[in-house]
Amino acid sequence: MSELGELFTFEDYGELLGLVANSILAAALLGVVGGLVSVFVVARDIPFAVHGVSELSFAGAGFALLVGWDVVTGSIVGSLIAALIIGLGGTKAGQRNAITGVLMPFGLGLGILFLALYDGRAANKFGLLTGQIVAITPAQLRLLVVCAVIVLAALAVMWRPLMFASVDGEVARARGVPVGALSIAFMLVLGLAVALSVQVVGVLLVLALLVTPAAAASQVSANPFVVPVLSVVFATVSSVGGILIALGSPIVPISPFVTTISFAIYLVCRAWGARRMRRLGRQRSRREATLDRHSSLRAG
Amino acid sequence: MTHRTVRRGPATHTHPAPGSAPEPILRIHDAQLRFGRRVVWHGLDLDVSPGEFIAVLGPNGSGKTSLLKVLLGQNRLHSGSAEIAGHPVRSGSRAVGYVPQQRGVDPQTPLRARDLVRLGIDGDRWGLGLPSRKITAQVDRLLASVGALDYADAPVGTLSGGELQRLRLAQALASDPRVLLCDEPLLSLDITHQHLVARLLDEQRRERDTAILFVTHEINPILPYVDRVLYIVGGHFLVGCPHEVITTAALTRLYGYPVEVVEAAGRLLIVGGDDEGAHHPAQDGSAA
Repeated sequence: MSELGELFTFEDYGELLGLVANSILAAALLGVVGGLVSVFVVARDIPFAVHGVSELSFAGAGFALLVGWDVVTGSIVGSLIAALIIGLGGTKAGQRNAITGVLMPFGLGLGILFLALYDGRAANKFGLLTGQIVAITPAQLRLLVVCAVIVLAALAVMWRPLMFASVDGEVARARGVPVGALSIAFMLVLGLAVALSVQVVGVLLVLALLVTPAAAASQVSANPFVVPVLSVVFATVSSVGGILIALGSPIVPISPFVTTISFAIYLVCRAWGARRMRRLGRQRSRREATLDRHSSLRAG
Repeated sequence: MTHRTVRRGPATHTHPAPGSAPEPILRIHDAQLRFGRRVVWHGLDLDVSPGEFIAVLGPNGSGKTSLLKVLLGQNRLHSGSAEIAGHPVRSGSRAVGYVPQQRGVDPQTPLRARDLVRLGIDGDRWGLGLPSRKITAQVDRLLASVGALDYADAPVGTLSGGELQRLRLAQALASDPRVLLCDEPLLSLDITHQHLVARLLDEQRRERDTAILFVTHEINPILPYVDRVLYIVGGHFLVGCPHEVITTAALTRLYGYPVEVVEAAGRLLIVGGDDEGAHHPAQDGSAA
């Protein structure tokens, strides 16, 4: 118990809460953005691309740190470049994975180079990898809000055709949906969302906010209105909850709490989902067993 | 299942006044398709009447799927013309419905059966696509037309291949198309579902007077419904009713080497026509 006491001291909690109000706001914003974007990350099956983008985001942030620019801007620029390269180069899933796999170590290597050359505070370096939201400035928060608004607006406009293109690209194309353009547009949206997430959970852990929430939500529902709402709730509970718990701990940073909450939600949904899938499988067997009584077959 | 007598030309049973030829809904005139310098086919003339059921047959790589892509506005003709409902073919036309090959859906796809059908109504429009009573009613009618109401709310990821194909048919019918393009929609379905989907297609084209172009390797499941066959081999064509085209003499001439058609138990088997599908998969991929 005494060890736990060193890890968590909820003294002066109210005072701390005031200090990190900006961070909580940023985390809530990211919950909404991450929850919605992850719906498409799962539907399009591109978690690997998310990881690739985040590592170039890291290189961008490292470069900004080195030359004395704003770190958030640097990570946004890095993300967008990576997203554009993956979007343009990888129209097929196999190509996309290969390009991502090529890009990822290069980005990480660049980032490590920039950080090695940087001789400022070591905490800044580590923060990029594992999250640094407590240190967020009002100017950075404004930038994050602007990015979040752009992401949400873009998703609101392209939600329906993007879903069509994501689940059945061939038919969507036949219907006149600009499948290729939407793919690139979504990669750019994803790039912005990754840059936002990097600020909260760091480069290494973005998947906890950009994949896990929708992966959990789609275990328990297939309703296209319920899944995004659940996903947003899961992402927000993880990001804000992570900060609120971390405030009580002077030693442990925020990101382990965020990822642990996110993972715990996934496990619960997964267990629920396993039962649900068994039930749906039984329903399907019943339907298949009575197929020969279908009215159109009877007529013949 | 009883065999109808198959006539050449338009399916007259769908029209009140036999004899007065209806205006073709699909016209292809002297069409040539090339990929680079390779001529896939040329000199294609085909007029299709409303409600007509046309099977498009031919070995892999003969350009059957490419023909559908021309009509979808995705491949451009090198020369000649293709018109649907009086307008040159274009991408995204609501006069055209498309039913693809059966492909599985990821179990985690966040859509129910009814949502997949709805995409056929307004999936191409911008915005969120919030629920609306009018669209729900329309989706219910479409689901009923393919007998899919009992799994309307099931996640698409949990459906069988045949159930998915019925939904894709309903989805394709959502814009009330004049022409339905089907690219081997029965492939990898069990026999019961092959018969069911074929029969549903037939019911719907009679009810809606929609013409069907049905690309396939296997004519037997649709043989009772087919009005005419378009058989493509090595850039050449044969068009006519199944019992004219699918004969040993006609196909041997078309292929340029001996091909035998065997009729057994009401089924037509083409022997030596390289119709099994597994022989030149790479060739088919390059033409697609």
